[in-house]
Amino acid sequence: MALLDEHGQAHYFVPAPSHWPVLGAVALFCLGLGAAFAVNGMLLGWWVLALGGLILLRMLFGWFGDVIGESVGGRYHGQEALSFRWGMGWFIFSEVMLFGAFFAALFWVRQVALPTLGSLDYKLLYPDFSASWPLQTAPAAGPAYQAMEAWGLPALNTLILLSSAVSLTWAHWGLLLGRRAQLKLGLLITIVLGLGFLCLQAIEYHHAWTAQQLTLSAGGYGMTFYMLTGLHGLHVLLGSAILLVVWLRVLRGHFDQQHHFAFEAAAWYWHFVDVVWLLLFVFVYCL
Amino acid sequence: MAIAGLAAVPQQSHRPHGWRRWLFATNHKDIGSLYLWFAFCMFLVGGVLALCIRAELFRPGLQFFQPELFNQLTTLHGLIMVFGAIMPAFTGLANWMLPLMIGAPDMAFARMNNWSFWLLPPAMALLLLSFVVPGGAAAAGWTLYAPLSVQLGMGMDLTIFAIHILGVSSIMGAINIVVTIINLRAPGMGMMKMPMFAWASLITAYLIIAVMPVLAGAVTMVLTDRHFGTHFFNAAGGGDPILYQHVFWFFGHPEVYIMALPAFGIVSQVIPTFARKPLFGYTSMVYATSSIGVLSFMVWAHHMFVTGMPATAQLFFMYATMLIAVPTGVKVFNWIATMWEGSMSFETPMLFAIGFILLFTIGGLSGVTLSVAAVDVQLHGSYYVVAHFHYVLVAGALFSLFSAVYYWFPKMTGRMYVERLGQLHFWWSLLWFNVTFFPMHFLGLAGMPRRIPDYALQFTQFNQIASVGAFMFGLGQLIFLVNILYSLRHGKTAAQQPWEGGNTLEWRLPTPAPYHSFSEAPQLDVAENGVVVAMQGGKHG
Ligand SMILES: [Cu+2]
Repeated sequence: MALLDEHGQAHYFVPAPSHWPVLGAVALFCLGLGAAFAVNGMLLGWWVLALGGLILLRMLFGWFGDVIGESVGGRYHGQEALSFRWGMGWFIFSEVMLFGAFFAALFWVRQVALPTLGSLDYKLLYPDFSASWPLQTAPAAGPAYQAMEAWGLPALNTLILLSSAVSLTWAHWGLLLGRRAQLKLGLLITIVLGLGFLCLQAIEYHHAWTAQQLTLSAGGYGMTFYMLTGLHGLHVLLGSAILLVVWLRVLRGHFDQQHHFAFEAAAWYWHFVDVVWLLLFVFVYCL
Repeated sequence: MAIAGLAAVPQQSHRPHGWRRWLFATNHKDIGSLYLWFAFCMFLVGGVLALCIRAELFRPGLQFFQPELFNQLTTLHGLIMVFGAIMPAFTGLANWMLPLMIGAPDMAFARMNNWSFWLLPPAMALLLLSFVVPGGAAAAGWTLYAPLSVQLGMGMDLTIFAIHILGVSSIMGAINIVVTIINLRAPGMGMMKMPMFAWASLITAYLIIAVMPVLAGAVTMVLTDRHFGTHFFNAAGGGDPILYQHVFWFFGHPEVYIMALPAFGIVSQVIPTFARKPLFGYTSMVYATSSIGVLSFMVWAHHMFVTGMPATAQLFFMYATMLIAVPTGVKVFNWIATMWEGSMSFETPMLFAIGFILLFTIGGLSGVTLSVAAVDVQLHGSYYVVAHFHYVLVAGALFSLFSAVYYWFPKMTGRMYVERLGQLHFWWSLLWFNVTFFPMHFLGLAGMPRRIPDYALQFTQFNQIASVGAFMFGLGQLIFLVNILYSLRHGKTAAQQPWEGGNTLEWRLPTPAPYHSFSEAPQLDVAENGVVVAMQGGKHG
């Protein structure tokens, strides 16, 4: 209920009691429990996991439906919009720190673990191991594998993500100038580029896993490569989903020059994912 | 219109009733109460685990638990106390009090606030459930060090996913607190004017947002090492077990301040009230809190002095750690200076605050001792460390929480707690806390390692003293429970301003605080530390 004073002025919007959060808690409980069972090879775990996923989807649809309804119903004003922006900013900061943990693992493996394992101290343990990067084998020699080549698909993917940032900004201009056609087209191009990125990444993964013997267990190189690019890929997937929702809302005539927090949040998220990719391209593929 | 004139207000009409009120809550006070009660329940659960540990350690040899189960008990005691009791209790207090203290209508994201809370019971359920799965609960210590955590049974997987859920919960809770403080302060409540409790909550929330994702990353790597073939923490695959310690303590040290800064905030409100003087050195207090927020990211490897770090790194982390003693010392100095020549009275909140200053300082000093790399090599992994962090977490965080609950109980419930029981609770806790944990310094110095169910005979007497102390300390917490339960129904009706010296915004509201505190923001004229000079408007109800 938006609280109105005697002049009919709107106050900070405090939502009415809602059942979505509790449903979300049930969903995460199922996901946690199911995942713990599933990774231990119990079939039941997969069912609980699927149930949790379904409940989570239902919750997300319901919750965001409520929020969109409130937004379109004019319940949000300047102060609420500012809260949303601050909230999104801090959320992205937490994501930066999450990637930070995995980048730290990459730097540690390359700069500390690798020279140590290649040093004279470890010759007795791993006599045939040579400390080069990218590693060709793990110290306790598994099958030899090939490292990724930066200037094939990854370079193309860099180009794709950079272009998607351009098309998104173009769409943003369309929104700000009231050119809806430009907005729609720009968003659509961005989404298609995002999905194209994911397809190319899938092809790249398939080739690496089968033809290059590069698996998750392929030493310090394989694990950091898959964990970092995989985590990033998940974020591209999520970012594309967010952009898709924004696009569908644009088709329904939502957003105007002043009120378009969802669009901005999606754009910020997309640019964040973009910057992470540039770092990945430099530190995982090139160097 | 000054609210101060109103004695009591009719209760809110929008208030939902029955179980829906709690399950579907969007009111910061309801959610705050949920947090506080949940934290207290988890405090009891974690406490029972602690008593199991102390029972086993009453005598050398194995009495009650096999070593495997004993390790599960220490691990779960740590995880439950940190993530189930202390952090939720502080978040609950921030939920309850922040909007009242800074003149906000509610928390910035009221629905998300509810999700933050309701994620805690599932996470704790996963943790406790792990006791009954094959292999039992996680037994790697609360730090979940690899390679031990990589080798344990599926209880470890439940723990990992519980930590993921706890991370989601505390990050959302923290974002809520940050945005509320940045964006929802009433006009006139400037950043450099707001109560220290708000500052402490702000910096704490920032730390949570920064480091909980790092912990999530660390346990995710443990998970993939366990089940998906990676070797992050295995040298044979090109990884390094030390990497785990670095990533974990990058989270772990700021986590210490996540559990300490809110305590500083509470004490900075309580001491001025009962000394009837403004807080001494408010600005330096703000800078000290902020600089702790920065420094806490640069000291993590003082937990790793025995891992074979280069001497340069040891020196850096040693000096950086000692540097933190400076802002902390500034705070202790300011609290003492606030009391200096004050017109003091010693109600229960004040007693706990003074107890906090005394005992936290002891814990801080043993921390400085441990920060010396050369000394730490001797004391690492010994009971000296256990003594040290229980002085800062039990006599620090927990005492401040008691202080806060007694302090704000009248405003929350409209009734006074029973003062005599409160005093008894304090003196009882103070005595038995020291009986429990002070001997552990000696045990550590004599070389008793932590996390063992059995010990050499010469450690027996100090262990017996500690065990008796622990059971008496645990018993004393029932005084608190009885006091709260009795006072909720039968306590004396509280005045709007039960403490003569309380002059922050929450004391300008009727008692008990109305369901919606500030449906319209008040116009404030505020002095440092949130002291309200004048107030206009500010509808509630
Ligand atoms: Cu530390």
